[in-house]
Order: sequence, then C-alpha cells, then structure tokens
Amino acid sequence: MITAIKPATVPLRFSLPIGGVAGTSFKPEHLPAILEAGPQAGFFEVHAENYMGAGGPPHRALETIRRDHPLSLHGVSMSIGGPQPLDKTHLARFRSLVARYQPALVSEHLAWSTHETSFFNDLLPLPYTEATLACVCNHIDQVQEAIRRPLLLENPSTYLTFCESAMSETDFIRGIVARTGCGLLLDINNVFVSATNHGFPALDYLADFPLAHVGEIHLAGHAEQTDDDGNLLLIDSHDGPVADAVWKLFEIIVARRGPVPTLIEWDSSIPAWPILRAEAAAAQAILDRCKLAAATEDRHAA
Amino acid sequence: MRRDADLGFAAAFAPPLLDPAREVPTAVAGRNGKPAGRRYDVYRNNVTVSLIETLAAIYPAVQRITGPDFFRAMARFHVRSSPPASPLLFEYGHDFPDFIAGYEHAQDMPWLADVARIERAWLDAYHAADALTLAPMRLFAIAPERLGDLVLAPHPATRIVRSPYAAVTIFAANRDSAPVARIDASTPEDALITRAEFDVVVRHLPPGGAVFAASLMSGQPLGAAAMAAFDASPEFDIAANIAGLIEAGAFTSLAAGDA
Repeated sequence: MITAIKPATVPLRFSLPIGGVAGTSFKPEHLPAILEAGPQAGFFEVHAENYMGAGGPPHRALETIRRDHPLSLHGVSMSIGGPQPLDKTHLARFRSLVARYQPALVSEHLAWSTHETSFFNDLLPLPYTEATLACVCNHIDQVQEAIRRPLLLENPSTYLTFCESAMSETDFIRGIVARTGCGLLLDINNVFVSATNHGFPALDYLADFPLAHVGEIHLAGHAEQTDDDGNLLLIDSHDGPVADAVWKLFEIIVARRGPVPTLIEWDSSIPAWPILRAEAAAAQAILDRCKLAAATEDRHAA
Repeated sequence: MRRDADLGFAAAFAPPLLDPAREVPTAVAGRNGKPAGRRYDVYRNNVTVSLIETLAAIYPAVQRITGPDFFRAMARFHVRSSPPASPLLFEYGHDFPDFIAGYEHAQDMPWLADVARIERAWLDAYHAADALTLAPMRLFAIAPERLGDLVLAPHPATRIVRSPYAAVTIFAANRDSAPVARIDASTPEDALITRAEFDVVVRHLPPGGAVFAASLMSGQPLGAAAMAAFDASPEFDIAANIAGLIEAGAFTSLAAGDA
C-alpha cells in the first residue's frame, strides 16, 4: 500500500475576471526572486504540459505561486488543429490540472503538434477550409466540455501558407468563435510575425479580428531571418524583449478593446526576474493609461 | 463527419519534418505561391533543435562528458529515428540510453549509457508522485520473529540502476560544474535514486544492496530479499542496508507478510 499525498485544490484568493493586469511566464528559476519580492499584482502563466507529472518540485512551485497570484494555464500540445482525434489521456490530464489549480485563464493554440504517434514539439500550421474548421470546432467542443469553461484559443504565427486554404485566418477564427463560443487569446507578436512573413498589414488583420472575444493578450520577442528570396522572415522565438512595433500595436488594440489580461511571454534565453518584471510593468502602464482614459471619458459623459 | 481527403494536410506536412532527405511538401507555399523552401525549414529546425535541447536538458552529465557537438550529433540521430510518442517532454528519451549503448562513436565510453540511465531515473524520480516515507520507528515495532516476512512498499520515486562501471561516480562528477578528477571507470557501481520529499538524491549502493533493494521493491519479503542479496554478495550487511534504504526514503510503508 502506498500512502500517497492527495493533491488538494488550491483556493481562489481573487475575483474573476482578473481584468486589465499584466503577467509574465512563470519560470521555476525565478521562484526565489519572486518570493523575496512578495506577492505582486500580476498573474503568472505556465505551460500546462510542464505540470502534468504526478508530483515533485514542479507542483510544489506551482502551488506556491498560485497561493498568492492568479494563474493562466496555457496548453501547448493538445493538437487542436490536427486532423486526428484528440488524445483522451492528454485531455484528462488537462482537465485535472484545471480542476486542481483553478486558473483564471485557460488557453490553447490554433495549431497541431502530433501526427499518428509522433509528437513534434512545435506549433504546426493548418489550411483554412470548411473541413478543417469543422474538425477544429469539434476538438474545441471536446476541450470545453472536459474543462467545463470556455477556452481561449490563440492565433498562430506562421511561416508559410497552404495552397488549399479557402478563407482568411481571421474568417476562420471568427467561424470558430461563432460555432464553439470559445474566447480568444490574441498574440500580437504572432500577428506581427505573420504579417511580416506573408506581406500583409498587421493593422488590417487586427481590424478583421473579433476583438470583443479577446480574453487575453500575449506579447513576446521575435528573431529575424530571411527566406529564399531575401525577404525578411520573422521567427516567433520568445527569446527577447517585445519589439517596438509590437508595443505600438498593443497600444492601439488596448485603446480599441479596453484593458485585458496581458502576458509577457519569454521562454528561452530567459533573463533575470527584474528584467521580465520590468517588461510586465511596461505593459501594465499601457493598460492603466487606457483605464484612466476610460474613467475620464465616463466622467465627461456623466 | 470527416472527409479524409480534405484532412490529409498533416500526413503530407509531417514526414519531412524529421527527414531531411524528403522534399519540402508542395501543398504549402511562401509569398505569391513560391515554393516554401526555407520557410518549411523553419519548422524542421524548430522540431529538431527543440527535441535535441530536450535531450540535452534531461542528460546534462552525458553532454558534459561528450561535449556539446558530439552530444548534438548523437541526439540528432536519436530524435530523427525515435521522436517523442508523448506530448510530455519530461517522458522523452527513455530509449536514449540504449541508443547510446549502440552508438558507434560512443563505443570507447562503455559507461556512458549507464550514466544516461541514472540521469533518466533522476528525472523519473523528480516527477514521481508525492508520498510519505516510512519512519524508521515503524521497523522497531515489529517483533523480531516476524521480520523475515515483512513486505515493504517502494516510494513512487525509488529507482535502481546497476552498472559494471563506475557510473555513479561519473554521474555525480559530471552533474556538477567543478573540474572532474581522473576516475577509474572499471569499478562496478549500483545506484539508488530516491526523492524522500523534494530533492532527488543518488546514492552508491554497497555490495549486494542492489539485489536486496530490487527484491524488496518487487514485493519479496525481507527474509527472501536478504537471502538473494547474500547469494549475490557474501559481504552483504543486512542491518546497514535496511537502515540505509529507510533513511534514504526508499519505502513508504510496511506490512507483515501473510505467512
């Protein structure tokens, strides 16, 4: 007989929704610095898969963080955009993480990562057709049924397009929202990366994007390469500070949408905690300016 | 209702990701319908490099021993022939030690695969379920005549790795950043990996200890496990081994046998 320690649900200590606060990716190496600074106003986001082990230090760190801060659970491997049925075991693991940690935000990607039995550990692109739309919606229905709450679906960054695509990415996303009732995670860096890579204006994409359904924003850094013709090819690398152009788009979107939870996503070449925290503070300043402007407008209207 | 013909994109997109000999898929394009070329290669690179880095994170001592260039070349072969079968990356690489054992350029480091086995067991222990460890006091409460029938339940984190080489010493020296002194690799060493609470600890088991611990973990009663350990090594010290295993947190509970 094994005397297992049963994981307990971590109690909520904040009200939902969390509103226009900035957060950061949670990296275990930052835990001592975060604890030393004391509870902060922002939220923390983790990749769900990193906490799907049975026990050990990862869960202890996440419980510690979650005790004093809202959490965002960001899935990266559900393979929602793939043609094959969702992995039921993985879905069950995702559901139990949501039940245990009661995250303020739960999100996944419009992408796929598993084909047959191989997991590719990347967010792979899909064509935008009626057939893929039906398949993606079916998968989102299953996820939302499992977790008993709306999922925020993230727009992808892409480097190529499928010849068979019959609709724009924004039409596709609009169709998903209409059919499944899911929310959206708008990754502004992804929009900027895709716009640069495919040669369309990011603002056109954003004008077409169903902003009213956006429940979270992601901001991240990208790297630069070139394609075979020497065109600039941006890589969604999450390994540096947010680019000026992305900050500019963020200000425009926040003014249009109003303040929503905003994450600074930084996953490799991870800096010291104060640097990541300063990026979040910059996002918070923009969100706060917007709140102030809205309050001023209210006063003028009154 | 699924029309498979319209959903074949993944079957065409996936195979060249890990096979550089395959052509870039023609169903995808760059700007203005131009061949995808380097744009597809971004995905190839993301997949291959991220999986090599996953192995490097699981096997830091192996990488320190071989150096990064050797390691990345070896890992690239493995990633291409055995991509992950689970989206949980901390489960990846269970067959990497066997791959290393058969890797032609690693034949002059016959202990390398065992060092990898310890590193893999280390990560398994790290993510294993939490459980309370057996308090030593519990053992003192058992009447001496019943000790032989005692059955101990292993902690979910407990692992044993046996090696005909000095794998534990090599592992320990290379998980550190300090300079590595010369090690005589020819001494056989067995490792006990435990995680009593939150720190994974790798210990070097004394003679007969691995047979003893493995027998207990497989559910053999204490008496039978001790006999097997004596058979394996006449120097086996039962009292020291029981005390060592319990102190390491290898077990969670005990039950007197049915006999």
